[in-house]
Amino acid sequence: MSQVFMHIFILLLVPPLLLGVIGKTKALFGGRKGPPLLQPYYDLIRLFQKGTVFSTTTTWVFRAGPVVGLATTLLAGMLIPFGGHGAPVSFAGDMILFAYLFALGRFFTASAALDTGSAFEGMGAAREVTFSCLAEPALFFCFLVLAKLSASLSLTTMLSGTCPLGTGVEAPALVLVAASLFVILLVENSRIPFDDPNTHLELTMIHEVMVLDHSGPALGLIQYGAAMKLFVMGSVLLRVVAPFAAPSAWADWGLFILGMLALAVVIGVVESAMARFRMVFVPTFLVAACLLSAFGVILLLR
Amino acid sequence: MISILKWLPIHNGVRYPQAEIPCLDGEVFRSSLIDAVADEAHVSAFFGRLSDAGDGVELVAVVACRDDGNFRVARTRITGESFPSLTSACPQVHLFEREIAEQFGLRPEGHPWLKPVRFVKSLRPGHDAWGRAENEPPQIGVTDFYRVEGEEVHEVAVGPVHAGIIEPGHFRFQCHGEQVFHLEISLGYQHRGVERMLRGGPDKRTLHVIETLAGDTTIGHTVAYCRVLEGLSACKVPSQAQGLRGVAQELERLANHTGDLGALAGDIGFLPTSAYCGRLRGDFLNMTAILCGNRFGRGLVRPGGVAYDVDAADLADLLQRMDNTLRDVTNAVNLLWDSPSVMSRFEDTGRVTKETAMEIGLVGPAARASGMECDIRHDFPYGIYRFSQIPVSTGQTGDVFERAYVRWLEIQRSGEFVREQLKMLTGGAIRNVPEPAAPNSFVVSLVEGWRGEICHVGMTDAAGRFATYKVVDPSFHNWMGLSMSMRNQQISDFPLCNKSFGLSYCGHDL
Repeated sequence: MSQVFMHIFILLLVPPLLLGVIGKTKALFGGRKGPPLLQPYYDLIRLFQKGTVFSTTTTWVFRAGPVVGLATTLLAGMLIPFGGHGAPVSFAGDMILFAYLFALGRFFTASAALDTGSAFEGMGAAREVTFSCLAEPALFFCFLVLAKLSASLSLTTMLSGTCPLGTGVEAPALVLVAASLFVILLVENSRIPFDDPNTHLELTMIHEVMVLDHSGPALGLIQYGAAMKLFVMGSVLLRVVAPFAAPSAWADWGLFILGMLALAVVIGVVESAMARFRMVFVPTFLVAACLLSAFGVILLLR
Repeated sequence: MISILKWLPIHNGVRYPQAEIPCLDGEVFRSSLIDAVADEAHVSAFFGRLSDAGDGVELVAVVACRDDGNFRVARTRITGESFPSLTSACPQVHLFEREIAEQFGLRPEGHPWLKPVRFVKSLRPGHDAWGRAENEPPQIGVTDFYRVEGEEVHEVAVGPVHAGIIEPGHFRFQCHGEQVFHLEISLGYQHRGVERMLRGGPDKRTLHVIETLAGDTTIGHTVAYCRVLEGLSACKVPSQAQGLRGVAQELERLANHTGDLGALAGDIGFLPTSAYCGRLRGDFLNMTAILCGNRFGRGLVRPGGVAYDVDAADLADLLQRMDNTLRDVTNAVNLLWDSPSVMSRFEDTGRVTKETAMEIGLVGPAARASGMECDIRHDFPYGIYRFSQIPVSTGQTGDVFERAYVRWLEIQRSGEFVREQLKMLTGGAIRNVPEPAAPNSFVVSLVEGWRGEICHVGMTDAAGRFATYKVVDPSFHNWMGLSMSMRNQQISDFPLCNKSFGLSYCGHDL
């Protein structure tokens, strides 16, 4: 039972730290000191203390967007094993629920954006939906490879480390899956080179432009949910790349968090070293991610 | 080309009696202007003024003929309420004609897109090109916009309030999905009435108004203005002052080009260059502060020379800083050209062909990037540039990459120039206070600011006061270039194209 509490505790508290690490890494590459590691927490506290302004043209859909977005992410986080510990909720086929919980969250975020009637937000919603419908098959091909390797349809077993990277015939397939998952991680969490979470240029935004009209606690929920989404998807990637287990349960939690922070550093390095892709090329990269994971499936079918 | 011979050839910054400006018949004026532009001349200024007799409006045009290094000027008197538009035969005057229509209530007949420029009232009460009532002041931005009709065409309106800290401007995109068919830009939000304030000058305020015409081009505009005054009073500027003005102008160019390259990198999320160039821009500004105590060069350039001299310690300090900063800029900027992800964004984005650039009369780095060899420092040299030449940096493709790369070439050349000039400053007088301006005269002064050609025209009355003072900021020529560069581009590339032009709103709105 304590492991379940630990899981929830980490899921609720650690995600903003990832953003802090990414920010610090980028600042170091830019020759700056950068904001403190805990800045994302301060931002969230600040936002939750603010009032909210709702446009008179919006309906309940607009208010539901941030709440549903956070709730679905939270639920998805309960389906994923953190480190060597099993997920609190686990059943055969939970990977499909996992994928469509995010889809539900996205549906509500996009609907909330359309609800404002703003040209920008409609544009952002169109982009988000286009890109995620290309990212979805890639994710399912990845799950297919993992399911085949572990002969299971439950995420806990699929990510339990029964198929360590770098050994045996399944290694090439797993390398392809890891690459594909990394692309999905960057796209779904609007990171450079696919999107720029820090830009102020409305016309270039994908995810950020959809939430332009949210303010105060609602915006806080969205940012908190975004950090959590990064954390949850990152932990899937981490389990594929480094399915190690430490001897004791507590050391295992520590190892897991260290692994997640290392992943944040990697994302920070990628963001520092690359410029954003031209938006017309984003679908090309997503199709490439699909092909990578599809090849992974083919490799296992031999 | 024969007909242009009727125009008065003039030199950059030299005084001529106003009576010498030939007053041409409307048709001759029109055909000679069209002929000259067809022969690759550039319209530097085209403006109206109330005629001295007070009975009508006269239109004055200043044309830059690069082939023989002369400007030519002529005027024509308009008696009615309209005149035949030149725009369809000579597109680069389109905005000048809109400005004339707005300011004097004269209708350019046949203008394809006659709209207000800054949404101000006509200078002649009772005359309005759009027939608006006298008691209804124009509402800024309230006008018809170009629309593309169609089932899947949608309109995106951006501004005048933007998400970033930039000046206000309104942009209307006609889009088909992510593709832009047409962009229309509507400005005027920064209009302060500069030309009206300058009339009746020079007085104590004039210099301060000029220094803030466009805050990032303080040196450029102030040099242009001081050269008008020096021309009007035939004042000689000491060589030390010329050298210091040259250094200040190039430092302004260095600071802004460096800042723009950093901003271009920032727009595509390329952090290293963005972060370093932001800091290095400040280093160049600090060098300007060593010259005069102000980072943007306010208070440095004064009629007849400059206000502050440098001593040997300053020079050594400046040279040292110059070496360090240029080294850092080289490292930061070369990262751009060495990163495939950056080049894939820059290349082939926002292309403006040389033909289009010449047609709409682009100036400055944007024009040079499209392959036009135009640079006032080279074509119509003034001040220190008569003695120390700077090569013209041009590109070919006219895309975002080329506009960025031309800036980089100019950074290198300006850096060399500043180092050379700092070593040649030998001391001596820095200022000859000019006499009062000559009456009934005029001076055309052109300066190559960092954005391009800055044109100031001063015309004095019988008392030696400015009867007309015309300012043409390079942005006035170049905003149309941004519109053209967005044709058939992705709307998500707009910020990048916008930054690659780096235009001023207040310089346009005045």
